Amino acid sequence: MSTTIERQWTTRLRKRATGKLPPEKALPDTQPAYVASWIYVFGVATIASFVMVILSGFILALRGPQWWHVSSVGHFVNSLHLWSVEILFFSMVIHLWGKFFMAAWRGGRTMTWMTGVVTFLVSIATAFTGYASQTNFDSQWITTQAKDGINATGAGSFFNVLNLGQMLMWHIVLLPLVAVLLTAVHVVLVRLKGVVPPFDDKTGAAK
Amino acid sequence: MAFLWSLASLISLEGKGHYIHWHFIYLSVANFIVILLMVLVFLAALFVPFPGRASRKESK
Repeated sequence: MSTTIERQWTTRLRKRATGKLPPEKALPDTQPAYVASWIYVFGVATIASFVMVILSGFILALRGPQWWHVSSVGHFVNSLHLWSVEILFFSMVIHLWGKFFMAAWRGGRTMTWMTGVVTFLVSIATAFTGYASQTNFDSQWITTQAKDGINATGAGSFFNVLNLGQMLMWHIVLLPLVAVLLTAVHVVLVRLKGVVPPFDDKTGAAK
Repeated sequence: MAFLWSLASLISLEGKGHYIHWHFIYLSVANFIVILLMVLVFLAALFVPFPGRASRKESK
């Protein structure tokens, strides 16, 4: 009986997950001393602004374009969505610069770095489809300018920036799903491998 | 609310935008200011002391 339980996929998955990432490692009480620097703050600042983007996006999705174009509260939430994105990219670029100059891929952190890179690219695509879905003259201008560039790559055959419905679906369903999943994997990898130490760290953690 | 309107009138959004054009580099002044701010914040993040850093090092 116990052998049967041991062979269950749920049992094996739980043991593997808790073995690799025990609760005290997943949600640690303390961090190494070198993490006490402002440069380490921008990763979590990016996540905080991402949460604001998602929450304001939920409200915009509930009420729709007419609401965000005409009502004062709609204008406010629309602006909240835009400025959260601005802060997200601002923080993410500083996070990227910081990690690039400390070579954050060291010590077996290649996948942490690569998931960050792909998340950055997905965020650009998500922001672009957002600008294309505003339903105003700005989005009209952006999409008519972008179509020639995208058609020149051949991607226009399945990614039509002039198709508002398609752009909106990419913006509110497909790309956010990918961005959230990648961010989750990125954070789990940071927890698994630990925060990259500075070059001059003498504790032996740096590799 | 009137205060916010007066703030908005500080920058005129009428007319043509301002651009920086140097060889192949062509970007709006607004984007240039944002890039400049990012560089400043990056440098500040490197050099501004983090609260409680000294006590953490001591406790370690």
